[in-house]
Amino acid sequence: MALAREDSSPLFAGTVAGTLRLILYLAFAMVLMVLDHRNGWMWRIRYTASAVVEPVYRLAGLPAAGMRNLSVAFADRQLLTEQNQRLREDLLLANAKLNRMASVAEQNERLKELLATQHSLELNVQLARVIDVDLGSYRHRMLVNLGERDGVKKGQVVIDAHGVIGQVVEVLPRTSLVMLVTDPDHAIPVVVERTGLRTVAYGSRDGDLLSLPNISMAADVRPGDKLLTSGLGGRFPPGFPVGEIRGVEPAASGMFLEGRAHPTADLDRSEDVLLLHDQAEPAGPPEPATQAGPPADLAPAPAATTAPPRAATPNTPVPNAPAPASTAP
Amino acid sequence: MNKQRVGLLWFAGSLVFALLSMLVPLPGALQPFKPYWPALFLLYWALEAGDQRVSLGLAFCIGLCADLLDGILLGEQAMRLCALVFIALRFRSRLRFFPMWQQTLAVLALLLNDRVVLLIVRAFAGESFPPATWWISPFVGAALWPFLFLLMDDLRLRLRLQ
Repeated sequence: MALAREDSSPLFAGTVAGTLRLILYLAFAMVLMVLDHRNGWMWRIRYTASAVVEPVYRLAGLPAAGMRNLSVAFADRQLLTEQNQRLREDLLLANAKLNRMASVAEQNERLKELLATQHSLELNVQLARVIDVDLGSYRHRMLVNLGERDGVKKGQVVIDAHGVIGQVVEVLPRTSLVMLVTDPDHAIPVVVERTGLRTVAYGSRDGDLLSLPNISMAADVRPGDKLLTSGLGGRFPPGFPVGEIRGVEPAASGMFLEGRAHPTADLDRSEDVLLLHDQAEPAGPPEPATQAGPPADLAPAPAATTAPPRAATPNTPVPNAPAPASTAP
Repeated sequence: MNKQRVGLLWFAGSLVFALLSMLVPLPGALQPFKPYWPALFLLYWALEAGDQRVSLGLAFCIGLCADLLDGILLGEQAMRLCALVFIALRFRSRLRFFPMWQQTLAVLALLLNDRVVLLIVRAFAGESFPPATWWISPFVGAALWPFLFLLMDDLRLRLRLQ
């Protein structure tokens, strides 16, 4: 065997040295994989290599961006006019709605001032552009063009005009990675808009749907029900649309109902997304409600000073009305 | 000397191109049809230049770069490409003189083997079983192989590169 030359490329039997080297490399790769799987090395290495990795992303995103620009450049004039018209109408409608909402919002502000809570309805957001890059198929991830230098932090919520897209999971200096709500590893606390039922929506393993595996058998959930973020857990601020129930059926265990929902956000068509800046609350249960409202000596009876329980007003996107710390349903 | 350097640049350029095309997304419906470009280009060079250029170490490095870009699991593609290049180098002298259709079949077998390796890795990582469309990609890769091979060969001859 020692006589066989390495580079002679023999017809049938290879050299022992070649096989040994293969085994060595495979073992090394396996060690890397295990270490990465256990300790999450990848992102630390990626962060240090970001000077190389990020330009490559920008470069790889160019063809998609170019196609987008080309489609605009060569688009039919009529198509553009129609689109413009539609956008104008949308804007008009949205403005009209906003005007109607303005008074409600003002009232809400006043009421909340009365309750001494400081959460405003205004959104502190940052516009980000999606870098169209294929990060391995069947991965529910998305790359956006803002990073640490733009003040992005891990855990920030990403939304678009229609609903919640996901949250930032990794931040590089100039780009960051967003985990979509449909990722199997993702869970988001939601509330059913119609009934106020609280549950958790997980990403599903099959396709672009959300799965709600633990709705109790007696709960009233119907197809068409809208899901909003509940704000529990503190990661997602309350009141943002998440999805719409498509179907409900008994789970395999027979103990719960399992719902399937379609995310409302345009997960695969968004070009621009919004990064929400005010992190809702630090994780954990909400703080115990402070004594709020008119001074105690004005109150007719002690019972009147306590705030109304949250379940009574499920539709209002007023987040942290001093709710009793929620226990598991 | 100069010619050699150009040849080396051409070789490195094609590999970088392969990595970039791995990242470039296709429109949604075509996504499962995307072939595994780094494997195809490495196979071409393994058959063409043999272990003078393509060694297990190179395959490992390319795989690591691809992993770094993909951000999935460090070492996964390194392992797949190593296995692929090892088989290709071992059977190089036979594969090279196969007629094109047999070579294409061999490439299909290699790419399918690659998918099986990936499936095993994913199973160990505790991920779900991929949908049926996941198996289309090797067939697309094999279907593209003759064109890729002829194109690269033609370019190489035209540019008189080694």
